[in-house]
Amino acid sequence: MSDHAVEEGHGHGADHAHDDHHDVGWFKHYFWSTDHKMIAKQYIFTGMAMAVIGAFMSYVFRMQLAYPGSEVPGFGAVSPGEYNALVTNHGSIMIFWVAMPVLIAGFGNYLIPLMIGADDMVFPRLNRLSYQIFLISAVIIIFSLFVQGGGFGGAWTSYPPLSAKGEYSLTPSGSSLWLIAVALEFVAFLMGGINFITTAMNSRAPGMKAFDVPIVVWMIVIASILFMASVGPLIAGAIMLLFDQQLGTGFYDPSRGGDPILWQHLFWFFGHPEVYVVLLPALGITADVMVTFSRKPMFAHKLVIYTAIATGVLSFFVWAHHQFVAGIDPRMANVFTVTTVLISIPIAEMCFVYIATLYGASIRLTTPMLWALAFVFEFLIGGVTGIFLGASGSDIYFHDTYFVLAHFHYTFFPIAIIGTIAGFTYWFPKMFGRMMDERLGKLHFWGTMIPFNLIFIPLFFLGAAGQHRRIYDYTNFPELAVPWMQNMRILATTALIVMLLFQIVLIYNIAKSMMKGPKAGPNPWNANTLEWTTPSPPGHGNWPPDAMPNVYRGPYEYAHPDREDDYWPQNEPPEDQA
Amino acid sequence: MISELVDSASTYANDIDYLILMIGLLTGFWFVACCVVFFGLIFKFRAKPGVKAQYITGTKKHEKQFVSIPHALVLICDVLIIVGAIKVWVDVKQDLPDPDYEIRVVGQQWAWTFQHPGADGKLDTEDDIRLVDELHIEVDKVYHFHLEATDVIHNFSVPVFRLKQDAIPGRTITGWFEATKTGEYDIQCAEICGIGHGAMGARIHIERSSQHAAWISDNTSDSALAAK
Repeated sequence: MSDHAVEEGHGHGADHAHDDHHDVGWFKHYFWSTDHKMIAKQYIFTGMAMAVIGAFMSYVFRMQLAYPGSEVPGFGAVSPGEYNALVTNHGSIMIFWVAMPVLIAGFGNYLIPLMIGADDMVFPRLNRLSYQIFLISAVIIIFSLFVQGGGFGGAWTSYPPLSAKGEYSLTPSGSSLWLIAVALEFVAFLMGGINFITTAMNSRAPGMKAFDVPIVVWMIVIASILFMASVGPLIAGAIMLLFDQQLGTGFYDPSRGGDPILWQHLFWFFGHPEVYVVLLPALGITADVMVTFSRKPMFAHKLVIYTAIATGVLSFFVWAHHQFVAGIDPRMANVFTVTTVLISIPIAEMCFVYIATLYGASIRLTTPMLWALAFVFEFLIGGVTGIFLGASGSDIYFHDTYFVLAHFHYTFFPIAIIGTIAGFTYWFPKMFGRMMDERLGKLHFWGTMIPFNLIFIPLFFLGAAGQHRRIYDYTNFPELAVPWMQNMRILATTALIVMLLFQIVLIYNIAKSMMKGPKAGPNPWNANTLEWTTPSPPGHGNWPPDAMPNVYRGPYEYAHPDREDDYWPQNEPPEDQA
Repeated sequence: MISELVDSASTYANDIDYLILMIGLLTGFWFVACCVVFFGLIFKFRAKPGVKAQYITGTKKHEKQFVSIPHALVLICDVLIIVGAIKVWVDVKQDLPDPDYEIRVVGQQWAWTFQHPGADGKLDTEDDIRLVDELHIEVDKVYHFHLEATDVIHNFSVPVFRLKQDAIPGRTITGWFEATKTGEYDIQCAEICGIGHGAMGARIHIERSSQHAAWISDNTSDSALAAK
């Protein structure tokens, strides 16, 4: 019966009759739900399952790089074709099936209605359809690894002509299934995006003005707009590529008037904003977590939102920095160097704001706070190393080396792992009504962060020494087969294995805390935002129908000098109105 | 800093290395400065019993300076980096000096074919020397290369030259280099091109003038001599 939510309208005066229908059966509850909180959990746990697959792939190809040609325990010997399929699908899965579903769809679904004081998304059935299409796309990408010829091996960027013809890629079915999976995934997130934007615009609690909306909701909405504005060209491009593969058209075939570089423009016109699509929600999570555990207002709170919008707009004008040496007119590189290096300004500004927020704070180093602080530090490394690649002159050397790889792992790992875990550990009490184990949380934190740096710092050096990407065995290149480089590869692989083993601590902590963790009250962190004003976990409809919140102030009124308490919930009426 | 790890053997390799060093110093400064402030604040303002945080919203004028001054400094650094990057780029990729010799480089799955000019010093004549995975050039001469691909995208990368250029099917891309050092170095394909990508290496032999002339005469076939 949860379906009828869509017909009922969601104004605050609306009848919240669906609160009466709790008993819907476990199938409807877990698999056919239109409740935004359940869909969020579906996205988050599907994303985590896909992360396990993506992590296993990285284990296999890192083992091959450290010990070329040997049997990898749990997989066997890695052939060149398998190696290419592993790196391709590791990248695709981690971005499209881990970062996107968890950060945008997972946190977006969970947080937007709760943080703006709405009882659900405005289009609950569209929301359910979005997850179902996403799930189908995930099944297809996994299935594509087992078809004849194996999974697609043309890199996550899928440049034609390699991706366009089975005779070149030798994975005729894998490459088409990869494209179909990616295109379906985009469809799913388009539906999600429509929902997020509409909900945030229309369903805010009475009294909630634009800047009373917490930063994380702002960020997810801006990210959704960026996604929807950039993905269109790529969906068109993907359909042309599918036609090239299956119908023998020649959109990307130069011998028939096509152009392989056209794909690169369509891909990166989406691909670069996509970085910010996943970055912004992670920045938003970090902001909210940092503020709560600093116990003071966000420094220049509006500036964060302005810089996010500026970053989003600029991100549409930087895509060709991926193509400096790709055969575009060399004069174009000068334009794109300017735009790319300038994007450092809003990002640096955001970084300064986050650091400034700590001034005068009363910092509580809880597990979520550790992850939030780690995000700022690690992303800073990702940010400064990006300048080397955005500057055309130095990119000539660094293009397609491990320097690039290390750089974007220093951006994507903070985004998809550090930011996600910061958010997950922070909102875990709300999601499951129980607290996580802090001791295990900190063990997992250090057990992840130290090995993470030991994986990727060596890769910066390997890249600076000229090690190029997507090579299954460096013994074929005398300059790269030297002992110190091989030792670095072994170090990175060892650190990866240690880091992966420490994830068992996280899984154990989640399982244990969900069942046996101490009960969390509605507001265990003494936070201000609206999701903490309802029981943990919130029931269907989020608040009891007669207790929908009203909003009286911004989300970051901590340590207000007029008050005894160091926090001031958004829904608490001012004394003269109480 | 790059030349510690890889030889530099072209006229523009040092320019690129200096650009990388400059960016390294500027970004390194910001990184260290941010870290000092960041960890310093975490240490200084950790929670103490009975001490409430300060109500700082960052909206007062003197507070805004914490962001606006670094903002201006970052902008200055950006301008320096952009100017340096474009200068190097124009030298390496945009303004090609007049060539002493021309060569043709063709990438295909999964080998490089190099077409060298023969004794006449001209490309596309009968005495051209075609070799697979082996490129011979003369030191201190300006070469133009005409880069082509027959099947998929490849990338002609010579790390000691700091040179990298995609080879695109259906196009001929012309670039240049001038070697400054003799020796034998790697050529790598730096764009994924299928299952043989990991084995698509070649070697570049940079020779002195006399050595190079001897190599040309050794490799000029009888038929080409007969045609003379």
